[in-house]
Amino acid sequence: MALSGIQIYKLLPQTNCKECGFPTCLAFAMKLAAKQVELGACPYVSEASKKQLAESAAPPIRLITLKADGNEVKVGNEVVMYRHEKTFYNKPGLFLRVRASDPDLAKKVAAADAYKVNYVGMDFTINGFALELDADAAAAVKTVRGVTRRPLILIGDAAALQSGLSACGGETPLLYAADASNADALADLAKGKAVLAVKADSLDALAELTQKIQAKGVEDMVLDLGGKNLGEWLMRSTQVRRLALKNFRPLGYPVIFFAAQNGVEKEAVYAAQAIAKYAGFVVIDTFAPEMIYPLLVLRENLYTDPQKPIQVQPGVYEINQPKPESPVLVTTNFSITYFAVANEVEGSGLPAWLVVTDAEGMSVLTAWAAGKFDAERIAKAIKGFDLASKVNKKRVVLPGHVAVLSGELEAELPDWEVRVGPREAVDLPAFMKQALN
Amino acid sequence: MPIEIPKDKWPGSIRTVTIGATSAEGGTRTKTVTVGGGTTMPYLHFESPTPNKPALAIEIKSRKPADWSPLLAEVWGEAMAEAAQWAKKAEEAGADLIVLALTVEDSPEDAVRAVKSVLGATGLPLIVWGPGQAEKDNELLVPVSEAAKGERLVLGICEDKNYRTIVATAMANGHLVEARAPMDVNLSKQLNILISDMGMPKDRILMDPTTGALGYGIEYGYSVMERLRLAALQGDAMTQFPMIVTPGFEAWKTKEAKVGEGVPEAWGDWKARAVNWETLTALALVESGADVVVLRHPESVRRVREAIGELVMA
Ligand code: B12
Ligand code: SF4
Repeated sequence: MALSGIQIYKLLPQTNCKECGFPTCLAFAMKLAAKQVELGACPYVSEASKKQLAESAAPPIRLITLKADGNEVKVGNEVVMYRHEKTFYNKPGLFLRVRASDPDLAKKVAAADAYKVNYVGMDFTINGFALELDADAAAAVKTVRGVTRRPLILIGDAAALQSGLSACGGETPLLYAADASNADALADLAKGKAVLAVKADSLDALAELTQKIQAKGVEDMVLDLGGKNLGEWLMRSTQVRRLALKNFRPLGYPVIFFAAQNGVEKEAVYAAQAIAKYAGFVVIDTFAPEMIYPLLVLRENLYTDPQKPIQVQPGVYEINQPKPESPVLVTTNFSITYFAVANEVEGSGLPAWLVVTDAEGMSVLTAWAAGKFDAERIAKAIKGFDLASKVNKKRVVLPGHVAVLSGELEAELPDWEVRVGPREAVDLPAFMKQALN
Repeated sequence: MPIEIPKDKWPGSIRTVTIGATSAEGGTRTKTVTVGGGTTMPYLHFESPTPNKPALAIEIKSRKPADWSPLLAEVWGEAMAEAAQWAKKAEEAGADLIVLALTVEDSPEDAVRAVKSVLGATGLPLIVWGPGQAEKDNELLVPVSEAAKGERLVLGICEDKNYRTIVATAMANGHLVEARAPMDVNLSKQLNILISDMGMPKDRILMDPTTGALGYGIEYGYSVMERLRLAALQGDAMTQFPMIVTPGFEAWKTKEAKVGEGVPEAWGDWKARAVNWETLTALALVESGADVVVLRHPESVRRVREAIGELVMA
């Protein structure tokens, strides 16, 4: 946790020599606490104080980066228990577990690597692979590297990890996992080359182990909290987050969670809890788009900054090369709303002018209720974007949810025909075919 | 050296609310459902155990809905045509209580008949929703409330624009109310105050924070629920009501759940995806403090029940 100005003052020379440009050490300390100056401006701070100040400035949960050739996954650096307090920053990495012994290894990895799903204009993928080294490790790493450039988690005993790691070249994989029996060997192996996962049966044992490993010079660690079911894991994960935010360094690392630990039928639910409740890495065993897609959406939703709804630029969007006789549809600039509508129209193959009004990033009904999507604003957009010059059939379609606006809009746009569309975007194509001819 | 686990000590707690009344209590239910009572953020048993686990309701309608996903039509089959049959099947599917949603096509007589038939078909406690239009809600819910006097139904959905009539009839006939505000701590509080000010006892209010489905605003509801729960634990009496959420209704509105054809291949198998959509929406809300979870698909009920089992038993 960051130190207060007074705490910092105690670490300064307290001679008020003014060389830093401030009249007193205390004034300088206050500026430091507010992060408005650099410690380097004082030439007289002791090495011991420097170290202490650097430690206090470190984030409560260490930022961990797994790297592969050109690809990386960053997790950690979180600062709150609840997203409304600020936001959750670094989305947990979603990794698919595969086995070195699997004769279809290359095929499976290639298929999952190619997986891509679009959600409100963003392409989501899985983030990497967790490779179980249950057969020739170096060969398996080579096979995997032949088909993916995503970061790796290597799972195995010390010998397997060693040969797996050396096959990884200049990457930074995560080695899973050090426990009381092999901590020394794995710390030596990971030092400077890899991130090390650490596991123990209790938080006490875990903290002891991370300290021991840190003393051996390994800074980058990830915690496996164990826990027999959803409830136990939730408590441990909450405790670790709390302790870390209170600056308890031995547990100030991201957490890894294996979603299929109690069976693949529970995997989706287990992974969902882990995403919501503080995991840094979530490992799944099943490559099932029908599970991965909702998990990726959940992750996106919970890691959205609560202060900023995702928005699109207001304007006229031309869908399927509209012509002068094509209809004008209006909607808001909330991303989810825009893409719901744009995707439907695009998918139908029917041309349309889609007018996106500036509704401050709110959905149709929210914006309507907040007075950001009314007849006046819609008319202003239609005029402002000069739709009249683009069409020869002045016909504008309102979202069905705001049918009440049609009268007022007619008054605002006397030479336009105002139509009320369906409530849900899914029904737009049918409506456009039937009602708009 | 053992780590000292930081524990929160809260001055407040969630109120305990019981839905349904047995014959000894003036109703005809064979079971009642008690929710709430929490004294910590959800499932933190190292601070204090969870006194009552969340209850799972299955939503049925008084008439066969034309716009429900074919997947739901497939799983409920013929039973959908008849509320009593549907309620029975819902009970078999593991519901703790039933939500009966009335429709605009119902006359007051239809509504009363539907409620009576459901009460006759199952011994589970019942929540009754009007069709969601103020006048129609009042027209249907008042006779329903009177006809089921003493059953401790939950009547809803009360919103700021329409709560007086529903609250008044619920008070007069020994029922509870569901109070919905649009994802806002202060609006929830305000509505709860208005309802309490009418004289409704505080153990007869369920608070509905409004649910957004996964991908369609879940994060807003999720955070508002956490904030309501925190406010309640901090001692704010007007946020201490158990929360009811509607992931079934919201999730099955989404394209991901509703539509099987002409969607991206990356969405995967339709049925599994649809059920995941509902289940994961519900799970996230359970994690953020839901006390009554209203679902539509039996498979979601099974999976959410299993998850809750692990959360309360830990
Ligand atoms: C998430 C949400 C919020 C979020 C905002 C999210 C955002 N960025 O917009 C927050 C919490 C901030 C919020 C705030 C408010 N909200 Co709000 N909110 C919702 C909620 C739960 C979901 C909205 C959503 O995202 N829907 C998904 C999007 C994709 O839907 P959509 O924009 O309508 O688009 C669909 C259709 O309209 C259609 N469509 C869209 N464009 C077009 C165009 C054409 C031509 C056609 C044919 C179709 C079409 O296709 C889309 C997909 O089918 C709804 C309730 C609900 N469950 O629906 C309430 C709701 C919209 N909110 C409501 C209210 C009252 C408010 C507030 C005024 C209250 C408050 N909390 O203070 C504020 C206003 C904001 C403000 N700052 O003042 C009410 C509106 C009531 C009403 N009918 O008047 C609702 C309905 C809740 C309720 N039942 O009371 N809200
Ligand atoms: S330079 Fe250092 S010692 Fe001198 S006043 Fe500034 S903080 Fe104090």
